[in-house]
Amino acid sequence: MNVIDQLEERRAQARLGGGERRIESQHAKGKLTARERLELLLDPGSFEEFDMFVKHRAVDFGMDEKHIPGDGVVTGWGTINGRKTFVFAQDFTVFGGSLSETHAKKICKIQTMAMKHGAPIIGLNDSGGARIQEGVASLAGYTDVFQNNIKASGVIPQISVIMGPCAGGAVYSPALTDFTFMVRDSSYMFLTGPDVLKTVTNEIVTAEELGGAKTHTSKSSVADGAFDNDMEALAEIRRLFDFLPLSNRSGVPCRPFYDEHDRVIDSLDTLVPDNPNIPYDMKELILKIADEGDFFEIQQDFAKNIVTGFIRLEGQSIGVVANQPMVLAGCLDSDASRKAARFVRFCDAFDIPLLTLVDVPGFLPGTAQEFGGVIKHGAKLLYAFGEASVPKVTVITRKAYGGAYCVMAPKHLGGDVNYAWPTAQIAVMGAKGAVEILHRKDLGDTDKTAAHIADYEEKFLSPFRAAELGYIDEVIQPRGTRKRICRAFSLLADKAADTPWKKHDNLPL
Amino acid sequence: MIKKILIANRGEIACRVIKTARKMGIKTVAVYSDADKNALHVEMADEAVYIGPPAASESYLVMDKIMAAIESSGADAVHPGYGFLSENPEFAKLLAKKKIAFIGPNPHAIQAMGDKITSKKLAQNAGVSCVPGHMGLIEDADEAVKISNKVGYPVMIKASAGGGGKGMRIAYNDEEAREGFQSSKNEAASSFGDDRIFIEKFVEQPRHIEIQILGDKHGNVIYLNERECSIQRRNQKVIEEAPSPFLDEATRKAMGAESVALAKAVDYDSAGTVEFIVDKDKNFYFLEMNTRLQVEHPVTELITGVDLVEQMIRSANGDKLQIKQKDVRINGWALESRIYAEDPYRNFLPSIGRLTRYRPPAEVTLENGAIIRNDTGVFEGGEISMYYDPMIAKLCTWGEDRGIAINAMKDALDVFELEGIGHNIPFLSAVYDHDRFERGDISTGFIAEEYPDGFEGAMENAGHIRKIAAIAALMHDIAEHRAADIDGTLPNHNRHVPDEWAVQIGDHNYQIEIHGTPHSCTLVANDGSDKAAIEFEAITHWKPGQGLVAALIDNKPFNFKAEKRPEGYAVRHRGCEFNVKIRTPRAAELAKLMPIKDAPDTSCFLLCPMPGVIVSVLVEEGQEVQDGQALAVVEAMKMENTLRAEKKGVIAKINAAAGDNLAVDEVIIEFETGE
Repeated sequence: MNVIDQLEERRAQARLGGGERRIESQHAKGKLTARERLELLLDPGSFEEFDMFVKHRAVDFGMDEKHIPGDGVVTGWGTINGRKTFVFAQDFTVFGGSLSETHAKKICKIQTMAMKHGAPIIGLNDSGGARIQEGVASLAGYTDVFQNNIKASGVIPQISVIMGPCAGGAVYSPALTDFTFMVRDSSYMFLTGPDVLKTVTNEIVTAEELGGAKTHTSKSSVADGAFDNDMEALAEIRRLFDFLPLSNRSGVPCRPFYDEHDRVIDSLDTLVPDNPNIPYDMKELILKIADEGDFFEIQQDFAKNIVTGFIRLEGQSIGVVANQPMVLAGCLDSDASRKAARFVRFCDAFDIPLLTLVDVPGFLPGTAQEFGGVIKHGAKLLYAFGEASVPKVTVITRKAYGGAYCVMAPKHLGGDVNYAWPTAQIAVMGAKGAVEILHRKDLGDTDKTAAHIADYEEKFLSPFRAAELGYIDEVIQPRGTRKRICRAFSLLADKAADTPWKKHDNLPL
Repeated sequence: MIKKILIANRGEIACRVIKTARKMGIKTVAVYSDADKNALHVEMADEAVYIGPPAASESYLVMDKIMAAIESSGADAVHPGYGFLSENPEFAKLLAKKKIAFIGPNPHAIQAMGDKITSKKLAQNAGVSCVPGHMGLIEDADEAVKISNKVGYPVMIKASAGGGGKGMRIAYNDEEAREGFQSSKNEAASSFGDDRIFIEKFVEQPRHIEIQILGDKHGNVIYLNERECSIQRRNQKVIEEAPSPFLDEATRKAMGAESVALAKAVDYDSAGTVEFIVDKDKNFYFLEMNTRLQVEHPVTELITGVDLVEQMIRSANGDKLQIKQKDVRINGWALESRIYAEDPYRNFLPSIGRLTRYRPPAEVTLENGAIIRNDTGVFEGGEISMYYDPMIAKLCTWGEDRGIAINAMKDALDVFELEGIGHNIPFLSAVYDHDRFERGDISTGFIAEEYPDGFEGAMENAGHIRKIAAIAALMHDIAEHRAADIDGTLPNHNRHVPDEWAVQIGDHNYQIEIHGTPHSCTLVANDGSDKAAIEFEAITHWKPGQGLVAALIDNKPFNFKAEKRPEGYAVRHRGCEFNVKIRTPRAAELAKLMPIKDAPDTSCFLLCPMPGVIVSVLVEEGQEVQDGQALAVVEAMKMENTLRAEKKGVIAKINAAAGDNLAVDEVIIEFETGE
């Protein structure tokens, strides 16, 4: 056999992974194979595979008899809409996708390349866990991957998509990356599985309940989003990818857009209801000001009292953080603070400008919050906004009360351009609460109390006091919001910010 | 001459009146409640006066408040619109006393026609044919049953003061007569403050055809032909047209003559409508006379060229009617669709909330002469509140013949953009696409007969689906070319966007090849069968982000609405909703491996179908219920809605009590999961 035929034959064998039977079984579970997934994730024809012929080196437990080229993970690089990215996809048909020393080495190789060449890395996880036959070598492999995840953090975007099992130590690689997505009904993540749980703690729970997509998107916040199937997941990862910079040096991507930067949106004038106790949907504002109404939401099922995600303005990616009055009146709580803080830090790390939309009546009160450490969690968001040096534009649509005002990217935390709608109320607290403290002796007298409330509302529950103090740069018409913020981000494009030298910060974790 | 008109109404009709007043150089005054502070009629009027809280009974229905508004604004005339005070003789009398012109008929005519029993007697005396029935008032349910038996089932139980389907029930047997009497009485009491009830024979297979009349203060009365309003849902008109596809010239003339005779009998001196039921042999029976401007008046305006509001203002001013009966012609055909905030997929339950998007079709004259008219009182960013009628707009089309008018309507509905609330546009599209409607073979039972189990989407049209597939591929192509234009790509290694796409719409799969640019291309559509591929010449200027897709296919407009979804678009066209996926041929192959997931089972819950208040829960925990049994009553938009069991079962848990405020999809009752 000549060498070219030999190459083709070896390639063909490698592409077959664990063989026809296992591929069929993978398909029967509604899952695609590793190579099929990469085909869909990357531009057709752009994938170049590395280390296709790598084999494991284990000899125990009969492993020296079993060799499948590639060793359970497909690695390489390709493009998404012409932009480079590194990828790895675990192949469940090969030893159940289990991680061996060589499997880990393949991942580490592309991790190192991704950092060096400034391209994101996308991992498609579908693995039964550690290659038990290899013992501690497998654990060492995991840890090498983790170490690289940590090194790459803040250097290149790292995305994990869980498309099958991901259990035990394996969960920590996704947990260290910037975004984790799951596929509904066919993926799960946990440290300790249901079988062990049953033996050890007598707790009976299904894998889906313990670590399915619903659990991790709505309860634990381990996952940033979930999709119905492999096809949809990969299509949406391509969509997310287009919002992200290639690295911390590349700058934010821009693409042609079909929208007017000065589009006037009349309907925003009636978005905020007259009655301050009636909620409205902040997502309407986000969708209406975004280019083409395109919004990629991050963690949409968790801590819904705050909304985070990416939009584009004039074709350029912008990170949005917005209080959601529809849920818990838009209050900040521990979960919301953690969710938003992580998002803000991602944006700052990769130079993505930040738009903050504020309607917050305060922090959620109660023992559950206090005992849960809301002080420390709230401090995370405060810290994240305060340290972020990217262009920051803030719009206060309605309430900005108390400590929550201080947190939500105000002028004092380095907000570059801060706007308020005429409906904004910037104050320590609502009128009723304030009057109860300020005029305690008049509480029995309803007329006097009403007069005090009216007086307080007039003085503080408007954007003008804050505007007089310069805490608001301009009071704007809701209809002109898109035009104003587009101009503002244009203005801020060359922002220079200096931070004092430090080894690294000490975020209140 | 009248100088300043106060419009004692809101919504589209207030806007409608303002338009004509403005045209005539008359100033206008709007009135508004708290719920209407930002309303369109307030914006359009020259001045506006605040008249109180949202509930109509505390604002639009309060005569003192309207009188005060008249005084403060110095208005010298009042147009009452429809509903509210429009048919209240006391209001008309009060205005007369204050020397304010009432733009409507004299109080005597209102009074005589406002009471259904009196009006019937008057009609009989004037030689107008009437439906057999019991003209007296009915005291209790027992008497209702007795009378129903005498008249013969089926019978119609109606509120004396009723209108618009409120306080109206049909009974086929004693039990229904008893139940219907009670609910009519309750609804009449709460809606009109008048719980008098009467019963008449219910004509089966009837058509609702009404005659528009116009009178002046000099004894002249003419009729402006008919409108057919047979497409009704629970006695609420949905689609109206003029002329009727059913009437012949002789019947039209006879109905017109009787209507004029009736009007003359009460010295009718404004615009009014005489409603008839017409049976399959073209026998017609007087139903009632509406002494006001009707909701559906635009169709008459479109075929006669008469501005009815202008005529009403002139009559109120004492002018002599300038139009002679012989001048009244039927020019072409007009249709009206009432666009309601109601969810057709949830048994037409009212839907309230913010109109996050509202882009009606442009009011224009098309190349084939067809006219699009849209009477509305809402705007994008406005609110459909629970306090008033849930009508959003009246979309009208006119054409030289019925076919042209229908086609113009179908196209106009396809481009009507409405988001934020549920609406009946898909249902309206489905009706216009129905053969029976196209043939004109309709009756007031049309909706109940054709959609007995509710509306589940229109019939799919394979030709349309293929076109949607072709245009969706083109849209995807446009979006993908743009996506590949992002900066930061590898020089010389750009993504090559293919020109062949696989489109999946439900069970339909197409291969679409694109030859050319979106501004001029040939689309080759292959449906995977042995049949030859179909070629379309297509042009579109659609851009990503646009919700409305306007294309030309073989030089004919083809429009639909599309919203981005993963791997494709959610498309709405002709009352059908499609989930369209566009993939490369290779991805389409892999997509076949994806599992089909079942929708979550909600059959073991009774969910609250709309935001509202629980009036009563009619069952107890542990109780066994039958298919169709009433379980709870929810009040929303002032209508009591009875929720019934969809199948036999046992009540496991009740989660709500009378008085509770519930949101959509909150669980009211849980059923035992029957194994």
